[in-house]
Amino acid sequence: MSLVALARNTGYAFGENRLTLAAAIILALLALCAIFGPSIAPFDPLTTSATTKLAPPSALHPFGTDALGRDILSRVIVAARLDLGMAISAVALSFVVGLALGSLAGYFGGRTDRIVGRAMDTIMAFPLFVLAMGIVVALGNSVANIIIATMIINLPFYCRFARAEVNVRRDLGYVEAARMGGNGPLRVLLNHIIPNILPPMMVQASLNMGWAILNAAGLSFIGLGVRPPTPEWGIMVSEGASFIISGEWWAFMFPGAALVLAVFCFNMLGDGLRDLLDPRRRV
Amino acid sequence: MAPLLEARSLTKFYPIKRAARGAKLHAVDDVSLTIGAGESVGLVGESGCGKSTMVRLLGRLIDPTTGQILLGGEDITAMSQARFTSSPGRRRIQIVFQDATESLNPSFRVFQAIADPLKRLLDMRNADEIERRVRATAGLVGLPEELLQRYPHQLSGGQRARVGIARAVAVEPSLLILDEPTSALDVSVQAVILRLLADLRDRLKMSYLFVSHDLNVVRLLCARVVVMYLGKIVEIAPVEALFTAPRHPYTRALVAAIPDPARRREARPRLDGSPTSPIDPDPNACRFYGRCPKSTDLCATTMPPLRAVGPSHFAACHFALSPVGGNP
Amino acid sequence: MAQLEIDNLSVEFRTRHGVVRALEGVTLSVARGEILGVVGESGSGKSVTAYTVMALNDEAAEIKSGRITMGGIDLLTARPEAMRELRGREMAMIFQSPRTALHPIRRVGKQIEDVLREHANLPSRDLKQAAIAALARVRIPDPERRAEAYPFELSGGMCQRVMIAMALACSPSVLIADEPTTGLDVTTQAVIMDLIRDMSRSARMSTLLITHDLGLAGEYCDRIAVMHAGHVVEIAETETLLDHPAHPYTRQLLAATPVPESRIESLNSIPGQLPDLRSELPPCRFSGRCERRQPICDEQELPWTELSPAHVVRCRFPL
Repeated sequence: MSLVALARNTGYAFGENRLTLAAAIILALLALCAIFGPSIAPFDPLTTSATTKLAPPSALHPFGTDALGRDILSRVIVAARLDLGMAISAVALSFVVGLALGSLAGYFGGRTDRIVGRAMDTIMAFPLFVLAMGIVVALGNSVANIIIATMIINLPFYCRFARAEVNVRRDLGYVEAARMGGNGPLRVLLNHIIPNILPPMMVQASLNMGWAILNAAGLSFIGLGVRPPTPEWGIMVSEGASFIISGEWWAFMFPGAALVLAVFCFNMLGDGLRDLLDPRRRV
Repeated sequence: MAPLLEARSLTKFYPIKRAARGAKLHAVDDVSLTIGAGESVGLVGESGCGKSTMVRLLGRLIDPTTGQILLGGEDITAMSQARFTSSPGRRRIQIVFQDATESLNPSFRVFQAIADPLKRLLDMRNADEIERRVRATAGLVGLPEELLQRYPHQLSGGQRARVGIARAVAVEPSLLILDEPTSALDVSVQAVILRLLADLRDRLKMSYLFVSHDLNVVRLLCARVVVMYLGKIVEIAPVEALFTAPRHPYTRALVAAIPDPARRREARPRLDGSPTSPIDPDPNACRFYGRCPKSTDLCATTMPPLRAVGPSHFAACHFALSPVGGNP
Repeated sequence: MAQLEIDNLSVEFRTRHGVVRALEGVTLSVARGEILGVVGESGSGKSVTAYTVMALNDEAAEIKSGRITMGGIDLLTARPEAMRELRGREMAMIFQSPRTALHPIRRVGKQIEDVLREHANLPSRDLKQAAIAALARVRIPDPERRAEAYPFELSGGMCQRVMIAMALACSPSVLIADEPTTGLDVTTQAVIMDLIRDMSRSARMSTLLITHDLGLAGEYCDRIAVMHAGHVVEIAETETLLDHPAHPYTRQLLAATPVPESRIESLNSIPGQLPDLRSELPPCRFSGRCERRQPICDEQELPWTELSPAHVVRCRFPL
C-alpha cells in the first residue's frame, strides 16, 4: 500500500472508532517514554535519597518516591523502555517464527505438520515460569534470556493461528490460480497467502502484547530477568507491594497503573488494527 | 492432425482414512478423452461425478493415480505437478475458476493479479513491458483501465469474471479450462461474458474445456460434450446430437431435466435418488445401475464399455444402440 | 380470489451509506392454487419482497407505504405475536441453501416436530408420527430412518425436501420459495420443482416462486412478475410473457437467457447497469438502460398500463 493510501485508511479506521484512536494515542505516549525516557524524566531514576524516602505524591514528585527515595514518575517513564521493549521483542520473535512454522505446517500438511505439531505440543506442556526458571538456570539470569523464554512459550499461539489460517486458504481459487501461474509452493505462501493472513495475525499480536507485558513484569516480580536497581514496572510493583499495609499506596499503584494502561491499550488497538489492515476495507 | 490434449486412462483415487482398510474413493476412473486444437469441449455431470477432479487433473494441479496426459504429443504426467509448475508447458494450460471460490486474491490489485503469471510464466522482468502486456490483456477482455488499480471487493461480479479470464489468457495458453465461469453471474452479465469467451477463443486460437452444470450454456459454446457420472464417462457426442438424441439413460434424464417452458404441459421422466457411493464401487457393475430406469441383470454384472453408437458419438450403456430419441 | 395481495409496497433500508430505496410501488397478487413466479436479477428486490411479506426484514428496513393482505388479514398492521403465529401455520417459506437453512445439530425429524409443536394442535405423543408423515409426503424414501438423520448426512436435494416438509407441515395457505433450487443439480432441481408444483396444486396453496432463472419460471409458473431495481415492471400469464413481452427489460432478459435454440451470436446483453438505489432515481428505474427512452420517461410518474386483464406493464411505451 502506498503511504498516501495508508494514511487515508488510517484516518478512516480511526475516524470510525474513537476508542481505538484514544488507545493509539496513549500507546504513542508510552512509546515516546520508551524512546526518550531518560531525557524526559524529571529526575535520575537511579539517584537515591535517604531524606525523601516514601514521600507521598506532591508537586515535586507527582508520583511520590519509593523506599530508596527515588522519584517514581521518572522510574515509571524510564521503565517503559524495558517493559515495552521486552514485550515487543518477545512478541515479534514468536510472531515471525510462529508464522513461518505454522504456515509451512498448514500448507504442506503431512509430516511437516506432524513434526511442527509435536514441537508445539512439547512447548505447551511447560508453564512459562517453569521454563523461564529452567532457562535462567541453564543460561544465566539476563533480560535476553527472559525474552527467549517468553518467545518460546508464546510460539504455539502464533504457530497454530498461522497454521489454521493457511489451511483455510490453501484450497481457495486464488491459490490454485497462483499455482497455475507458475508460483512454486514457497512463492505461493509468501506472496499470495501470507499477505492475507497478516491482518488477523496482527490483531492477535496486539492482544498478545498485553500478555507479554504482564509476563515480563511477572517474571521480574519473582526476580528473574530484570534485577534492581533497574527500573521496570514489575519490579516496582514488587518493591512497592510491601508498603500496601503501611499505607504508602503510591509505591505500587503508579507502576501497576502503567501496566494496566499499557495492556488495556494494546487490547483496544487490536480491533482497530484489523480494520486498518483488512484489504476489503481499503478505499 | 494430432489432438492438442490427450488423456489416457486417467484415474484418481483418494484413500479413505476412516473407513475399511485400503478403501478408496474413485473420483475419476479410467477416463480417456481428447481435445483438438481450437476445439471447444463441454464437460457436464452432477456434483460428485468427477468433473472438478478432471479440471485439476487436466490443469496439472494434482497428479493422477495412474494414466497419462499428453500435451501436443508430449507426456506431461511423466513429471510431478510440482515439477510441471516450473516447466515451459505450464503456460499452455490455464484455468478460469469459479468466482464463488474466491478466485481473486483479496490483497492483490487487478494489475498485480494479471501481471503475476506474466512474471512467473513468461519470465517478464521489464516493468514497462509488463505494463503494456497487462493493459493489452485488459483491453482484450473489455476491462476498463481505471479498474486496474482496484481490489476485487471493489468490482462487480462481471468485472471479477473478466479479471479471472484476463489472468488466464495473458500468457496465451493453448488450452483454457473454464470451471463454471458464469454460474455466479446474472443472466445479462453472463451473456456478455459468454460472448467474450467465444470471441477470445477465435482470436487467440485456444481450445476450451468448458465445465458447467448449465446445459444450455454448454450448448452455446461447445462443439462436443462429455458426460460424466460417478467418475466415468458415460457419453461423448457432438453437441446437437447430445441434446436431441442422447443415448445414455443418464444423459436422457439430464436433458429432460433442463427447464423448458415449451414443454411445461408435458409430464417428463424424472431421475430421482442420489448416485451410489464412489467408495470402492463394484468394478463389474454399471455405475448407473439401480438408479437407471432400465437396470437389468446384465447391468449389474458387466460394466458397459464406452463404444461408438454414431458418428463421433460414444456411449457406455448396454442398450445404447437401441434407436430412441429423447424419450426412453 | 387472491389469497395474497401486495399493494403499492415501498420499502427502504437505512444504511450507513445512505437510504436504499429497495422497493417502490410493488403490486402483486397470488390466487389460491396458483404459482406466481417473481423473476429478477440481483438487486431487483425479489427477496426483499418475500422477506417483507414474512416480516423477516431486519431493523434497518422501513415500510414507507403499501398494504399486504393474506386471506383478508392485514399483515403490515399485525402485531409481532400475531405474525409469529401466522408464520409457519398460514404462511411458510423455503430458503436457498437448504443445508445451511436447517439446524445443523438437530435431527431432521425433531426439526419438523418443532414446527408442529409450535403451530399444530397435536398431542405430543403424535408429533413423531406426524413428522414422519410429513417426510413421506415429500417422497423421502424410508422416512422413519431418515427422520433420525442430521442435515449434514443428507444430500442437498434431501435437505430441501426436509425444508419443504417443514414448510408444509401445517398446510399453510401461502408458500414462498426463495430460489429453492439454487445449488442443486439440474436433475434434483427438476424433482424438487415437480414436488413443489404438485404440493402447491393439491393443497391449493398460493405459491410465490422467487428465481433468477426465467426458464425455470417458464416451466413451473402460471403467471410471472418481472422485477427490476425494486420495481415490478411486468406481470402476465407465462405464455404471454414469454411470447409477447411488453416491457423492454423483459424482452432483453428473455433474449439474454440461453434456451436450447439460442445461438451465441444472438445472445443479448442488457446495456448499462442497475441504478444505485441510494441515489435520486427517475420515475422509471430502467430508463437509463432503455433504448426506447423518451424525455417524458424521466419526468412524469410511471403509470401502470393494462394491456389485458391478466397483463399489466409499468411502461409508457410498451412493446
